[in-house]
Amino acid sequence: MSGQTSPIFGNLNWNVTPYTDLLRDVNSSTIVGAGAASVLVLGAIAGVAFLTYMRWWGPLYRNWLTSPDAKKIGVMYIVLALVMLARGIIEGFVIRAHQATALGTLTAQESGLVAPDHFAQLFSTHGTIMIFFVAMPLLIGLINFVLPQQLGARDMAFPVLNQVSLGLTAAGAALVMVSLLIGKFGTGGWTMYPPYTGKIFSPGEGVDYWLWAILISGMGSTLTGMNFAVTIFKERAPGMHMMRMPLFCWTSLCVAIMLIYAMPALTVSSLMLVLDRYADFHFFTNASGGNMMNYANIFWMFGHPEVYILILPAFGVFSEISSTFSGKRLYGYTSLVIASMSIAVISFTVWLHHFFTMGQSAGVNIAFGIATMIIGIPTGVKIYDWMATMWRGRVRITAPIVYLTGFFLLFVIGGLSGIILANPSIDYQVHNSTFLVAHFHNVIIPGVLYGMLAGIHYWFPKAFGFRLCETWGRRTALLFVGGFIFTFMPLYVLGLMGMPRRSPTFQNPDYMPWMYIAAVGAVLMLCALASLFWTFWTSYRNRLSLAVPGGDPWNGSTLEWSSPAPVPEWSFPRIPQVTARDDWGEAKRAGDPWKAPERYCDIEMPANTAHGLLIAAAATGLGFAMVWHIWWLAILSFLAIPGLIALRGLRVIEPKIITAAEVEEADQRFRQQVASLAPATRADEETERNRGVPDISEFAG
Amino acid sequence: MSNNSNLYPGLNLGDGHGEAHEQAESTVFGFWVFLMSDLIIFGILFASYASYLDPVGMAGGPGPQDLFDIKSVAIQTGFLLLGGVAYGGVSLAMKYEHGRARVIGWLLVCAALGAGFLFFEVKDFITQAGKGGTPQVSGWLSSYWTLVGLHGVHVFSGILWILAMVAQIAIRGLDEVLKVRLSMLGVFWHFLDLVWVGIFSFVFLVPLA
Repeated sequence: MSGQTSPIFGNLNWNVTPYTDLLRDVNSSTIVGAGAASVLVLGAIAGVAFLTYMRWWGPLYRNWLTSPDAKKIGVMYIVLALVMLARGIIEGFVIRAHQATALGTLTAQESGLVAPDHFAQLFSTHGTIMIFFVAMPLLIGLINFVLPQQLGARDMAFPVLNQVSLGLTAAGAALVMVSLLIGKFGTGGWTMYPPYTGKIFSPGEGVDYWLWAILISGMGSTLTGMNFAVTIFKERAPGMHMMRMPLFCWTSLCVAIMLIYAMPALTVSSLMLVLDRYADFHFFTNASGGNMMNYANIFWMFGHPEVYILILPAFGVFSEISSTFSGKRLYGYTSLVIASMSIAVISFTVWLHHFFTMGQSAGVNIAFGIATMIIGIPTGVKIYDWMATMWRGRVRITAPIVYLTGFFLLFVIGGLSGIILANPSIDYQVHNSTFLVAHFHNVIIPGVLYGMLAGIHYWFPKAFGFRLCETWGRRTALLFVGGFIFTFMPLYVLGLMGMPRRSPTFQNPDYMPWMYIAAVGAVLMLCALASLFWTFWTSYRNRLSLAVPGGDPWNGSTLEWSSPAPVPEWSFPRIPQVTARDDWGEAKRAGDPWKAPERYCDIEMPANTAHGLLIAAAATGLGFAMVWHIWWLAILSFLAIPGLIALRGLRVIEPKIITAAEVEEADQRFRQQVASLAPATRADEETERNRGVPDISEFAG
Repeated sequence: MSNNSNLYPGLNLGDGHGEAHEQAESTVFGFWVFLMSDLIIFGILFASYASYLDPVGMAGGPGPQDLFDIKSVAIQTGFLLLGGVAYGGVSLAMKYEHGRARVIGWLLVCAALGAGFLFFEVKDFITQAGKGGTPQVSGWLSSYWTLVGLHGVHVFSGILWILAMVAQIAIRGLDEVLKVRLSMLGVFWHFLDLVWVGIFSFVFLVPLA
């Protein structure tokens, strides 16, 4: 390989695109590959053309890409996640479509929609995207948007670092996207276990795409965790004691701590594999004293906490919505705090259950098996708390509550199948089968995806000033619930029938009925995706009738509902003085919650900067150059990063000042508007009468 | 949040700079958090080093007895720890406002001592490679080079950071932002000593004992 490396273009040449494969051999697999590349290219061209036609480049740059505002950064994370979600779900559909046509015979073993190598790329990118570029940006985005507002802070502790984190995540996502068009992605699954992913068995760019995407975005996630932790510890409004924080802040704190301690493990395992692949080190090779079991250990020291990094923010969202939409105080606040923290701590002690069959002693296995079962206890506590919160409440069946109900029903099944797998002797029977695939989809989809979509639905009005259409929201939720059941319940059965996961082909015709059911489920998931985007579109079109300028459409009880919708850049005209848990709810109980502050002050906000954008560009360049061995570009991009940081350090950076007069004007306008709007009762919540000013006499939470 | 317990003790921002103190508090705290994360990286590399430190991991290649020169390691330790002491000079000069020149002078002493450490470390690496101890030979050597090399990269970045701070002080003057940055640099510089104590004990002394 290295013999043909050009000094200018590295290993790049005209034969790396899927179009070359298509020209060489036209079959369903190459058509799917070239089709996906074309979607990427046409999508990019359409995006550029649209932005140019609307003359949105300037506003996009000024108001979004260079903004250090955590709320905007949060929205950008979520947009990135939704784009990646579209690709992830479509890939999931192609995986199911392939397996539904993959019944081979002993003579013609390769069958189905795509070639085995292509299939391996599909499940590898699907897993990588869904974990690192959908779930992570969704939860980080949501926390970015919500956390400072709930804490009564103006922004994150480090706004520009926050921008850099977003940039690094986007750079990682860009690398995964580019692999559709230029070259191939790795085939080692989302975990990329060596020695298969070492240089001997996987030469070429595929594994490198994964490595650099993970290293770059992982760095972003580490910095994000640090930012969240400092924000929670140091930037709370006066009076916002730890035990007064909304539950979502608590779960964010757990996430922050876990990011800080878990992400370095991923960085180390990936860096070691990079050294193995690029510099002939022997960490994980078969020969010369390498030990691949170290990779499994280090990877899952990250990987298992990661599962709870994903799920805990969703638990935070469910805590908020179960309380708000039942008009009741959250049941068992303290127990939920303790349960969240217990989950965060115990999650660091269970990683070995991902490889019970690797050959350690039975004693070690059973210790980790027991730890795994124990982690079910705090999770169970939470489920009961949420159900108790809703018990005898005035529950409104809004879209978030449909997600919550789906979560209750499905997540418990997923959790129970996890307890089954936690038993090493059972795990020996079903490990590496589709039973496992069904299990982790069963916790991640109802947990993370439902939780995040519920959260987006819940906080959307705060970001954009109008509610999302409830009817379409509920339809989307139901489609995701139905799609999940049809797609993944058959996989439990298939796993117990002995079907290995990631099979590009199989010879057992008994699998087929279940495969067809799963394929139907995948169609439903596609419909759910379409319905999700339709919800955004139709709500945008009806934004006037859905507008909630009063800012409190759900009669909420936490601080973020005290501000207008859309929330101004400074969030609060004065930093609130917090006197109770659910402070906004207390203000409602006391009578007049929309009191203007006594006086207004100048507000210092961080100034806009292109710092994050430039670092993201350098990181993308570095990753791409390393993947393709374009050494000059790699060196340049690598040096650009400390260069940019040093240059910024030399300058004195002045904050942006928003004058007291400006704040007063905007705030007074908001107060007058609230006074002029008719309060909406809960029964009217879904109608046009809901202008974001709730009837506070109904507030009981 | 502006009670006295929040004040960061290593700084002299003068009286009546409550906000600057608060900013220092959260920035330096954030940097501690970052270093905790970095420490996990070193922790995992230490664990890996231990797991490769056996005949299987050495795979017939040269071992600690063949490669390690404990005298050179002791010299490196001296340079690095003295560098840590010298940073005390930076902190004191900053806290008691001895002026820009003194702060820059101590910073340069730190950088020189760090460079002395790196000189001997690189010399060792070259000698070891000459004896056939390159990281491509065995799993144990891979983990040795990665762990000790990563620490060396940290020291090198520390020196670059010191030089960047010297440039910033020269251009901007010793303003409050720079005082906070110097406190962070101090935490980082001492952190490198701490990691080195671990490396000295576990990487060099344990296999030789």
